[in-house]
Amino acid sequence: MYLQIAWRNIWRNPRRTTVIMLAVIIGVWNMIFLGALQRGTEDGMIKNGISTLTGHIQIHHKGYRNDPVIENSITDPDKVKTVLDTVLPPEAIWAPRVRVNAVVSNARHTSGATLVGIDPEQEAGVSFIGQAVTQGRYLKPDDVHGIVVGKALVDKFETKIGHKLVLMSQSVDGEIASRAFRIIGIFRAEMRATEKQFVFVTRPAAQKMLKLGNGISEVSILLSDHRNNSHVAAGLKAELSSEAYEVDTWQDLLPLLMAYLKLSDGFIYIWYVVVFIAMGFGIVNTTLMAVFERMREFGLLKSLGMKPRKIIGEVLLESFFLLITGTAIGNILAFLSVFALSDCGIDLSALAAGAEYVGISRILYPVLQVKDIIMANLVVLVLGLLVSLYPAVKAARFTPVEALAHT
Amino acid sequence: MSMDVKMAWRNIWRNPRRTVLTISAIAFASMLLVFMLSFQFGSYDTMINSSVKIHTGHIQVQAEGYQDKQSMHLVVPDPEAVGAILKRTPEVDAYTFRAKAFSLVSSKDRTYGAMVIGIDPAMEAGVSRLKSSIREGSYLSESDPNPVMGQALVGRLLARNLQVGLGDELVVLGQGRDGSVAATVIEVGGIYSSGLDEFDRSSIHVPLKLFQEVFSMGGAVHEVVAVGNFLKDVPKIKKATRNGIKKTAGKHSLVVLDWEELMPGLRQAIEMDLISGLIFYLILILVVAFSILNTFLMAIFERTREFGVLMAIGTTPGRLTKLLLIESLSITMIGIATGIFLGCLITWYFQIHGIEISGTSELLSQFGISGRLYPKLSLLSAAIGPAMVLVITFLAALYPALKVRGLRPVEAMAHI
Repeated sequence: MYLQIAWRNIWRNPRRTTVIMLAVIIGVWNMIFLGALQRGTEDGMIKNGISTLTGHIQIHHKGYRNDPVIENSITDPDKVKTVLDTVLPPEAIWAPRVRVNAVVSNARHTSGATLVGIDPEQEAGVSFIGQAVTQGRYLKPDDVHGIVVGKALVDKFETKIGHKLVLMSQSVDGEIASRAFRIIGIFRAEMRATEKQFVFVTRPAAQKMLKLGNGISEVSILLSDHRNNSHVAAGLKAELSSEAYEVDTWQDLLPLLMAYLKLSDGFIYIWYVVVFIAMGFGIVNTTLMAVFERMREFGLLKSLGMKPRKIIGEVLLESFFLLITGTAIGNILAFLSVFALSDCGIDLSALAAGAEYVGISRILYPVLQVKDIIMANLVVLVLGLLVSLYPAVKAARFTPVEALAHT
Repeated sequence: MSMDVKMAWRNIWRNPRRTVLTISAIAFASMLLVFMLSFQFGSYDTMINSSVKIHTGHIQVQAEGYQDKQSMHLVVPDPEAVGAILKRTPEVDAYTFRAKAFSLVSSKDRTYGAMVIGIDPAMEAGVSRLKSSIREGSYLSESDPNPVMGQALVGRLLARNLQVGLGDELVVLGQGRDGSVAATVIEVGGIYSSGLDEFDRSSIHVPLKLFQEVFSMGGAVHEVVAVGNFLKDVPKIKKATRNGIKKTAGKHSLVVLDWEELMPGLRQAIEMDLISGLIFYLILILVVAFSILNTFLMAIFERTREFGVLMAIGTTPGRLTKLLLIESLSITMIGIATGIFLGCLITWYFQIHGIEISGTSELLSQFGISGRLYPKLSLLSAAIGPAMVLVITFLAALYPALKVRGLRPVEAMAHI
């Protein structure tokens, strides 16, 4: 019966209830929707970071991360392969790479770059390069002289497909190894910096140029989900001795991104509280109005013997209905907005350079996270009830005689 | 008029609690916006000035096309002429010349490609932070202490990759401007850490004279870099420099670039942050508007009888609208004034003490900012937010104020 009375009470003045409910709806919608956009930004950054040759887990020779030189190569990739075959879950994929700093030059230009030797077929599933070639073609396993470079590098070097580039790097014996490659494909990447930095050749070609034999620089592993990689990494660490190998997760490899993610969590929750405060004033005010209007009614109830506790309960119940209806509609609207944007996203191409500067993707897709939704709703409901306590207690304190005398 | 104001003022204090709550909501929103916008503007200034101070400068004069291609051959042939123009411009704080070439840099057993940058030690110190970011050894001295071997400053990460320390030798091998082989041996005189990893991983600095000699540059340089006294002077400097160049050296195709053109990403990043910030604020104000709309609406629900009487004794609907608008505007104004006052106080406090957000130092150093962020109070940052609040609350107040015109005295008076 209390429920029914409370529900009817909040609709005694439909306009007032609608107005304050709108405030709650907009607030909740804004919390969840903007939260989803923020999470989408994060996901874009993570995806981008992982696909730009990071992967979910990487294995290196000990010392490579601090000093990425040819001497710190994995010389016995077969052993690593055996371990990978036993430890990795069946859906995981991985690719070996040779990765060294190099100097790229042609007749007119010289620049630094990262030379990456890949197994084209294996690599295609692991990193972005498999789908990124937009002109010419991707590497084939038996390409000896072919090289795939980024669009930005091609522009800078004023060159095109079919032309030669000379790569120089230090080989295993400490000499400068240099070798000419022919551009067979041009790739595009999310970031122009990526297009400028990486040049791809086949693994055998890189090994031959660097006199590396069978050695590789790193193994990059992609699991089915980027969140649950720590136990796989632990399994690998147990098998590969820490004397000779380094096993790192993307969280270790991208410390800046992790710092950003941590910060972003804080911002989202601060924002929730700020939005709540904005609507909290309205909730208190409206509930106060509703309570003072009904002073006579509460006085009467009290003189009939209703306990103050019950009056508090009654007012809180009304607030609760108001809040729960508002949050429900706010949630639905937020889901709809996220759904509407899930296909095409928000295109930031007009600000591409800015997006790149702060390291986010050009197209932003909102992503709903359960913990944010729960958090937003909890903030509104719990704090909403908390601030409603003030009018509720006021109502409970009306003395019957005075209240009944009130007109 | 004065009677209307008096009436409105008394009306809004008929229910002090409600009025105070409404004022608080408006004050809260205004305060938050003043602080947030000042904070954003302040961080932009810090970001721009820090990035500018690492390397770029506010203004650069380059040969046309150099910015995109960074080609050795695109030079400023007579830097002194450009320098003279900059010297005549009062807004310019300092300027310097630089020449750059990508070269192979080898230590005893490591080789890396790096940007070799020729700088004038004395002039550079006025433009960039290079001198103060030396972590080991010393900055380049004007008179070369070692006439046999040139001194070089090496980025911290590059030094680590090359495995060199102070006093070690480096071999630089590159291509001169005339296509000849440019090679020299230099000694590591200092190691710098700018905070920008990419810069510390890929650059070494040598004296400009040595650079010009080794890379057969003659007297030419690649960049003339200038910083102004204030960020807001940049357009003036740019214009003055452009005009000066036109007059003196018409035959060379030199261009004047400001920091926005030199770092397009930075400007767009700021725009993006500002736009997304404004969207956030707008929605926040909307929430506030709806949560205070009830206060304004109550005026007509509760006071229908009163308005009926007022109309019956001859008050025109226009005057009633005016009365209601004065009431809601006074509430808004008090709220906004309180908000601006509190917002300025908070901003002012942090402007002096700075804000340190834990866990951000690593992140910020990538944008060239070290440690704390300082909000910057300005007329603009204190006015934009409250102005948005004013407009939106006024729109919210308009609805009940216009609604009152439709009242009929007899029905209204019968209303309880």
